[in-house]
Amino acid sequence: MSLDAAAVRRVANLARLRLDEPEVQKLQAEINGILGWIEQLQAVNTDGVEPMAGGSPVAVALPWRKDAVTDGGQADAVLRNAPDREGEYFGVPKVVE
Amino acid sequence: MMRPTDYTIAEGLRALDKREISSVELTGAYVKAIEAHNPRLNAYITVTAETAMEAARASDARRAKGEVGALEGIPLGIKDLFCTEGTRTTAGSKILGEFVPPYESTVSGNLKRDGAVFLGKLNLDEFAMGSSNTTSAFGPVENPWSRANDPAKRLVPGGSSGGSAAAVAARLAMGATATDTGGSIRQPAAFCGIAGIKPTYGRCSRWGIVAFASSLDQAGPVARNVEDCAILLRSMAGFDPKDSTSADRPVPDFAAACTRSVKGLRIGVPAEYTMPGLAPEIEALWQQGLDWLRDAGAEIVPISLPHTKYALPTYYVVAPAEASSNLARYDGVRYGLRVTERDSDLRDLYERTRAAGFGAEVRRRIMIGTYVLSHGYYDAYYLKAQKVRALIARDFTQAWEKVDAIVTPATPTSAFPMDERQDDPVTMYLNDVFTVPANLAGLPGLAVPAGLDGQGLPLGLQVIGKAFDEETVFAVGAALERAANFTAKPQVMA
Amino acid sequence: MSYTLDGDTGPWEVVVGLEVHAQVLSESKLFSGAATAFGAGPNSQVSFVDAGFPGMLPVINGECVAQAVRTGLGLNAQVNLWSRFDRKNYFYADLPQGYQISQFAHPIIGTGVIEITLADGSTKNIGITRLHLEQDAGKSLHDQHQSKSFIDLNRSGVALMEIVSEPDMRSPEEAGAYLTKLRQIVRYLGTCDGNMDEGSMRADVNVSVRKAGEEFRTRCEIKNVNSVRFVMQAVEAEARRQIEVWESGGTVGQETRLFDTARGTTRSMRSKEDAHDYRYFPDPDLPPLVLEQSWVDQLKASLPELPDNRRARYVALGLSPYDAHVLTIEKETAAFFEIVAKGRDAKVAANWVTGDYFAALNRLKREVADSPVSAENLGALLDLIADGTLSGKLAKDVFEAMLEADEPPAQIVETRGLRQVTDTGAIEAAVDAVLAANADKIAQYQGGKVGLFGFFVGQTMKAMAGKGNPALVNELLKQKLG
Ligand SMILES: [Mg+2]
Ligand SMILES: [Zn+2]
Repeated sequence: MSLDAAAVRRVANLARLRLDEPEVQKLQAEINGILGWIEQLQAVNTDGVEPMAGGSPVAVALPWRKDAVTDGGQADAVLRNAPDREGEYFGVPKVVE
Repeated sequence: MMRPTDYTIAEGLRALDKREISSVELTGAYVKAIEAHNPRLNAYITVTAETAMEAARASDARRAKGEVGALEGIPLGIKDLFCTEGTRTTAGSKILGEFVPPYESTVSGNLKRDGAVFLGKLNLDEFAMGSSNTTSAFGPVENPWSRANDPAKRLVPGGSSGGSAAAVAARLAMGATATDTGGSIRQPAAFCGIAGIKPTYGRCSRWGIVAFASSLDQAGPVARNVEDCAILLRSMAGFDPKDSTSADRPVPDFAAACTRSVKGLRIGVPAEYTMPGLAPEIEALWQQGLDWLRDAGAEIVPISLPHTKYALPTYYVVAPAEASSNLARYDGVRYGLRVTERDSDLRDLYERTRAAGFGAEVRRRIMIGTYVLSHGYYDAYYLKAQKVRALIARDFTQAWEKVDAIVTPATPTSAFPMDERQDDPVTMYLNDVFTVPANLAGLPGLAVPAGLDGQGLPLGLQVIGKAFDEETVFAVGAALERAANFTAKPQVMA
Repeated sequence: MSYTLDGDTGPWEVVVGLEVHAQVLSESKLFSGAATAFGAGPNSQVSFVDAGFPGMLPVINGECVAQAVRTGLGLNAQVNLWSRFDRKNYFYADLPQGYQISQFAHPIIGTGVIEITLADGSTKNIGITRLHLEQDAGKSLHDQHQSKSFIDLNRSGVALMEIVSEPDMRSPEEAGAYLTKLRQIVRYLGTCDGNMDEGSMRADVNVSVRKAGEEFRTRCEIKNVNSVRFVMQAVEAEARRQIEVWESGGTVGQETRLFDTARGTTRSMRSKEDAHDYRYFPDPDLPPLVLEQSWVDQLKASLPELPDNRRARYVALGLSPYDAHVLTIEKETAAFFEIVAKGRDAKVAANWVTGDYFAALNRLKREVADSPVSAENLGALLDLIADGTLSGKLAKDVFEAMLEADEPPAQIVETRGLRQVTDTGAIEAAVDAVLAANADKIAQYQGGKVGLFGFFVGQTMKAMAGKGNPALVNELLKQKLG
């Protein structure tokens, strides 16, 4: 599988990365190099193999928390690092639906 | 007379205990060392000298009252991937801007709880993505070691925890926190002639550590020797209900395990780790290491990990995929950098911010990760990689029927010059060929300095253990360390 | 007779499926300890997890899991003992993590079925495809600033159950009945408050049209419809639009649309169109969700009575199917009725609740939830009728008085002297007085004008201020008039 420039732009779109043309070219070559190398995985017989989704080496199940309010009530701390703080809100350019 | 920066952590704790030195003296010595050598090495992104001295004074006061934590008064460096309350945390990226976390990561919090003093935030590859510490937005870190025949050539410290390893090797910290997603503790430790352990996945909480690839990321220490790593890990580790992947099991006394005999232990040697491109000196050191263990009473057992050659390509599907999702939150809305033009709409804001905020390696991995998860490619790449990952983990499970630990080289080469291997990403990725399998399988891996190559650069061996059996890993690592008696020092050192 | 819409080319069948987002009733969010209460100050119920801060990790709220399982049981659905959380990746202003944690490949609840009741009394089964747990997004406010949208993350991370139906509905009425029934079930279970005004339940409505006997045609999804009435209107409006497209030679394209409640039409929602590649993958921060069968069994055993069962029980008590239906629509009503009927004649209780009581609620514009009379007091009123203290007529007067001040009826009877007179002496005196004053009427009555009997009863009751026992009055009058 090999990506053309349009595919690189489509992926950049999905990832919300603004790329200029030289960068599209460069990334196209690099990504195709990496994908070509990754291609060797197709040679592995994985019939009947359960995919390993998490990182744990032993079987684990999701731990549960109690339903209690233990967090929040800190609007100022949540907003403090915001590049555009609008009072008690985060500000972004107007979104039209 | 010992200089304060000569102490290992274990020695430092004893000296503090006997009032031979105070934390203020220790910390002050390290602050001076940083002032002297950090401008060249660039190991620290942020130095918190004042708060460190304050913390040292507070520690001395606690000690005077008899309140002595497990790391009371020990000055450490913190990889700038750990969120530290009130201290800027950058992840080595421009995109975090001047982000000041309103919270403390569990691991750094555990160290503080035990009395450690923080000297500052250590440089790293941007978002921990790299093996040379050259992708940091805050400039590359230089390895304090240099080649005997070309001392002017600046070498990489390895990555991504290059700042941590360089700082510890050059004695700009007694020890440091680090993280390891594909080798980011063990490879820089080997390159800098120090010890470092990536514990079992789940041993250290990931809460408050900027995520790279969540199913692979693990925190661990780097330190001057194996025992210091054991002391640090005991404080860092432990169950954390805030991390759903944190292991709810007791934390053993790892330092005690360092004194265990390896007599009767079965040490596995995987056939597949003898691969083309492996430096002859490293192969020889590996043999030497096995001989040392045999001499100490261990049994050397040949084993096979047949899917080893697929570990790197598997890693370069899984890690970028998770990273592409983990890094979606850096969008210029709630914190960090925001780049807009006059009439930017929200999409434009996202695209400009992320293009300007992420460096080339991060952008490349986001692109790969986005692609392998995208419609029509998920099964061929991501699902396939997860299945191969399961096979790699199964290889180890089968090996544990025959052996108690596995010993391999830590890296295929010694530290390389900063201007090398930067052009081809795949060549750079090969650095992690020996370390990545343990991340994929979630197993503990320790790097131990074991010798020097012909250029006088350090080489390390790796000990891989069973899940949650860091004790055996420490025992084997300490035995190697004792036999190797590694005393060489880097050219740049406090 | 089945529902169709007429176009130029003849009748069209409407095909509807619903995806309902129901907010889980819980104190705290699905993956953080921040509160879920409605109406708090902006960004005041936000943890760093909900705001997608670096290094923050999700930890699941066990009660949300229990609520999902209860709901699954209430939908007669398969409970999956092994399920998993996936990330749905897309960029949006109110999605702080850049992904929604949801259950894509392995939902906690599988297929189920519920029965809906239509206006003509007929019933129909609607298939449930699945129910999964997921996080809600934050809220964007577009009207606070000329050139900016403001983001409030209070809702970010609140637990939702997405309940997906099969495309089994064939009319706006069926879609409305389905949503009503779903709402009824979750409210009975206490797993969602069903408050559609506050956004606790929203429906994505999938609509397509076809000619009889055809395969399904392309459907459109109408997002976030927030009332039963609007769902019904949206189905019809969208079906009519699609019929027009097909009949004018066009093709309906799969897309996301919005229902304009003011205009009663749907319109395309282009802004979300390009974000279709969600790149789902298992969330590496969350191991699989594993349930014990014994735990599921415990939840099942402790489930409250569901509306269908309750209705059947009422019919068995002797109520008409209609009364049983009306009394079980809202669980508050059923609970009220249960108290009124406890230890009493269920039919009499049902008549009072569906009759005078409902009429009073209507008149006063009140709900059972803020009832003007307590169920206990209404029950006590029925006791006073049963033991003869009050006549039916007097009981209505006492009930009116109870609406003004919710006091025990016995107290009202005492303070206002409304007790029915059963003392034959007093009644006889009143009857004698009436007869003495109406000799002419007696003559007419005895002359065959028997209709005058009612006149004598009325006069006697009037003389007794309505308190005479009607049976005794009748009996004495009959005696004396011969
Ligand atoms: Mg949906
Ligand atoms: Zn949904």
